[in-house]
Amino acid sequence: MDSKYVLLIIAVIIIISAYLVFNPGNQYERLQIAGSTSVQPVIEKLAEKYQETHPNVRINVQGGGSGLGIRTVEQGIVNMGMSSKALNPDEKDGLNEYVIGRDGIIIAVNNENSISNLTSEQIRNLFSGEVTNWNQIGGSDEEVHVVVRESGSGTLQSFQDIIMGSTKIRKDAIVQSSTESVKQAVKQDPGAIGFISLVNMDNSVKAITVNGITPSEQSVANGSYLLQRPFELLIKGEPTGISKDFLDYVMSPEGQAIIQNQKVVPANQLKQ
Amino acid sequence: MKDNIEEFLIEKGLLITALSSIIIILLIIIFIFSEGLPSMESYGFLKFIFGTTWDPSSGDYGVLPMIVGSLGITGLALLFAVPLSLLCAIFMAEIAPKTMRKILKPVIETLAGIPSVVYGFFGLIVLVPIMRVQFGGTGFSMLTASIILTVMILPTIISVSEDALRSIPQEYKEASLAVGATHWQTIKNVIFPAAIPGIITAIILGMGRAIGETLAVIMVAGNVAQFPNSIFDPVRALTSNIAIEMGYATGIHYSALFGTAIVLFIIIMILLVIANYFHYKKKITIGGGYL
Repeated sequence: MDSKYVLLIIAVIIIISAYLVFNPGNQYERLQIAGSTSVQPVIEKLAEKYQETHPNVRINVQGGGSGLGIRTVEQGIVNMGMSSKALNPDEKDGLNEYVIGRDGIIIAVNNENSISNLTSEQIRNLFSGEVTNWNQIGGSDEEVHVVVRESGSGTLQSFQDIIMGSTKIRKDAIVQSSTESVKQAVKQDPGAIGFISLVNMDNSVKAITVNGITPSEQSVANGSYLLQRPFELLIKGEPTGISKDFLDYVMSPEGQAIIQNQKVVPANQLKQ
Repeated sequence: MKDNIEEFLIEKGLLITALSSIIIILLIIIFIFSEGLPSMESYGFLKFIFGTTWDPSSGDYGVLPMIVGSLGITGLALLFAVPLSLLCAIFMAEIAPKTMRKILKPVIETLAGIPSVVYGFFGLIVLVPIMRVQFGGTGFSMLTASIILTVMILPTIISVSEDALRSIPQEYKEASLAVGATHWQTIKNVIFPAAIPGIITAIILGMGRAIGETLAVIMVAGNVAQFPNSIFDPVRALTSNIAIEMGYATGIHYSALFGTAIVLFIIIMILLVIANYFHYKKKITIGGGYL
């Protein structure tokens, strides 16, 4: 065949498929959600299930961080924001927060580390740099390497509020840009300590009991485990239409069961 | 008549595409500067550039540690990559037999095709533990980042400088050999000096990739916004600073990240000017043209 015709046919196919991709009829209602990467997997799962029963709805879930979620929902770019921390008063600005569940933050150390319990004060001293060797708190002779998340991360913010208070985290702490890379860093370094979300926990690192309480879904649910933070959906003004419908679904027993499957403690099980 | 119209259309079409790339660059510059300048103004331009603390939560936006970090990583990477890749390019262009070159070339080009996140993950899983065991500390360091970058910029420098070496006219080589020079003397004194402008271009391209690389560096450099005391200390590059914090930043912090982009932009401009200066200075003029 003449190459000109081949090109023409390819061009036509591309144009038609692009049309199908970008304009699949206008019968769909769209819901845009963006924000915290910690909340994202839970919402994606919920969206997937929701769309099974609502074939005329398309939900687009995008990561980018709690800050991005707060900013974009405030500016009306998306219908809903996701946040993995409670909003500061100056962030509220007409936003309604809906707590869909609570997540624990795990203090993780290397599997070789002999220490298995820390008090919140010891954790504070480790992260502030007051304790620089594990033998100062009864561990083996190993330098402490602190791994944290980047400034602005919801997980870091919650950790700072709950454990550190006004104390600063040591300046030379290694910064990793995701929970997964914090876990990798702790997994391979016998001296490392970091914090990760309960959702991402597996046996590649060791979870420290804090003040004698083991982090688990139960201890998060009954409020006894100290390090926990809310997973929230943010909506500007009152929820209407599809936003309200999806929010109702998330809060329904069915939605809450899906949240629980993702190792997040659903809102209906929290001790008020 | 038909030919004239076709000629006219193609000419204008090319002009429009060329102009649009200039316009796009200008728009990007205007955007970065308009987003970034407010933070510089409110924080103080000198304080922004020469400030030594970056701590957005307490309102400190000094980017000097990141400038040092970026330049340090890039400089080290070039230090490793340039000798390695030039020797490799000379080998491939002049010494290697044809069959060997046929194998080497695609292998090196494959290195260029590997996505940077793969390099970063490899660094995080393999290189960081090795560095920690060998040199102590956390393993996240300036050196680790520059080793990863070295591998990433090798293919760029090798293939561009190999092309430069190959484009030297055959007569030069023949003339040199004819007056009794050995093969190595010919390479050293004739082919290599004649190819220098092309080789400088190759190094500029490699440097550009090294300074702009973000993801791989984030994963292995440790991202501590502090002056490194040695090459085994963690550092944060300018690009990493933007990528790490952009998702969360609001208000002046957001603007300060664009300020970081302005600094990066200016650094790249300065490096390009320096490199271009050497590029033209080293050009050998022959008759009406140059090599």
